Amino acid sequence: MTREGIVNAVIALGLLLVPLWALWANEPFTITLATKVAILALAGVGLNLALGLGGLVSLGHAVFFGIGGYAMGILAQHAQTFDPIMEAPFLIEGTKSMPVIWLVAVVSSALAALAIGALSLRTSGVYFIMITLAFGQMFYYFAISWPAYGGEDGLSIYVRNEFPGLNTLNPIEFFGITYVLLLAALFLSARIAASPFGLALTSARQSPQRVETVGLRPFRLRLTVFVISGAITGLAGALFADLNRFVSPTMFSWQMSGEIMIFVILGGVARLFGPVAGAALFILLEHWLGGVSEYWLIWVGALLLAVVLFAPGGLIGLVTRGQK
Amino acid sequence: MSAPVLQIDGVTKRFGALVASDGVTLDLRPGEIHALIGPNGAGKSTLIAQIAGGLTPDAGRVVLDSADVTALDTAARAQAGLARTFQISALAMEHTVLQNAVLGALGARGGRLALFRSVLDDSELREKAEAALDRVGLSDAAGTVTAALSHGQRRQLEVAVALTLNPKVFLMDEPMAGLGMEGTAAMTTLLDSLRAEAPILLVEHDMDAVFKLADRISVLVAGRIIATGTPDAIRADAGVREAYLGDEAPA
Repeated sequence: MTREGIVNAVIALGLLLVPLWALWANEPFTITLATKVAILALAGVGLNLALGLGGLVSLGHAVFFGIGGYAMGILAQHAQTFDPIMEAPFLIEGTKSMPVIWLVAVVSSALAALAIGALSLRTSGVYFIMITLAFGQMFYYFAISWPAYGGEDGLSIYVRNEFPGLNTLNPIEFFGITYVLLLAALFLSARIAASPFGLALTSARQSPQRVETVGLRPFRLRLTVFVISGAITGLAGALFADLNRFVSPTMFSWQMSGEIMIFVILGGVARLFGPVAGAALFILLEHWLGGVSEYWLIWVGALLLAVVLFAPGGLIGLVTRGQK
Repeated sequence: MSAPVLQIDGVTKRFGALVASDGVTLDLRPGEIHALIGPNGAGKSTLIAQIAGGLTPDAGRVVLDSADVTALDTAARAQAGLARTFQISALAMEHTVLQNAVLGALGARGGRLALFRSVLDDSELREKAEAALDRVGLSDAAGTVTAALSHGQRRQLEVAVALTLNPKVFLMDEPMAGLGMEGTAAMTTLLDSLRAEAPILLVEHDMDAVFKLADRISVLVAGRIIATGTPDAIRADAGVREAYLGDEAPA
């Protein structure tokens, strides 16, 4: 096993053992923290496909996170008020079923990524960053001014959604769901990175000319990865909303996009487990430093600066000393 | 005479008042190396871009294997059988030498790119890539990260990637640039053997190599082809001597 493989296994095991220990020690709050790490890491895994493999610096991934969140919020809201979403021409009711909510979240965020990507991937560099940011702000202000679903106040869901065979209100069982989904997304990422598509995509990041010259089109490669990336981040959004039992326009905010990017950069861009390490560190800092000072983000800023300047491979790069 | 594989037919490109390509007509026949030479600023790069697909001509046609490819983009022309090498190596520097060659084989195979299968476990792609690396003498460096290659090895890899495309035509932009004496000699031998695979349109500044390799030479000056002919004919051409070669031509 490579050094990075060992580090990844340790991280995966650690993220599983902490909540199990918390269960034994009767510390439900720690389980919730671990769940939050798993969900935010999942959002980061989504972004890391676009950012790490594709070199696409998207500052608009909150769009997909938010769409996933609102997919959950809207479906669950209609289910808890027994008020169908639409009656004509055919009946669509809300639902409390997680798998259905996930499917809706994934499909709608993938469609949004397809539309946003088709437009924004015609630009590159700083223009791409600005366009994705602009799309994020569009969705944010739309959510704020949409009174049907809470507007600025957001939507509260009273009871967590259901998963067949599990009691999702039990923190450790809900953690298990998020953990399995995270592992599945990581597995998917690793497969994509090693696939023919992944080779073409990472080559297009390094030399688009080269890729065109062998007869492949960088735009198509980037659009494909942008859609997959958006879909995974959308799934994370649905889980995040379920964790908090609350959705608000904040999920669409550019700060959210920035946070997801921070997970990836802290942990290590293009490193498989980078977003997991990054999200874990971020949540730990939020928990520890947040108790000391409400200005804890200053320290995250300083840390981010240090990582960018001195450890471009992020935490994972630091631990593996640049080895693959 | 067999039909040309590549025809550049009256290609014209203007940038404002500047005519970068002025009715350029030349062709490439099976089995030959056709060298394109000309002083700096003659419009060689502009012409290459129009042949390879980065730039659309204002007038004229580019015909590859009797199909008009003028309206096609770079990727489509590559799929149609045009293999280009770059003056300044355009390679995926973080990838290994083998990965770069596999990328070429992948592009040549066409079709949908698999998302979940391992690309390096694909024996068809791998064999093709390894054969191409072997051909240019890079087999030993297959596992090396491309950024760690010497300048000369990068030139070889450019040619290897072009080989994986099973091209109908090679379009080579200064493959000798920056090579030492030994490197140039090795590249000359390699190109000499490649013409059996597909004809080469060779843009090159190294006159020794050009006169040694080329079956025909075209001279581009200020966007116009002022002469096309065998090396001997070009050497003897008074207009060419005046415009460009001067005393540079080897006697």
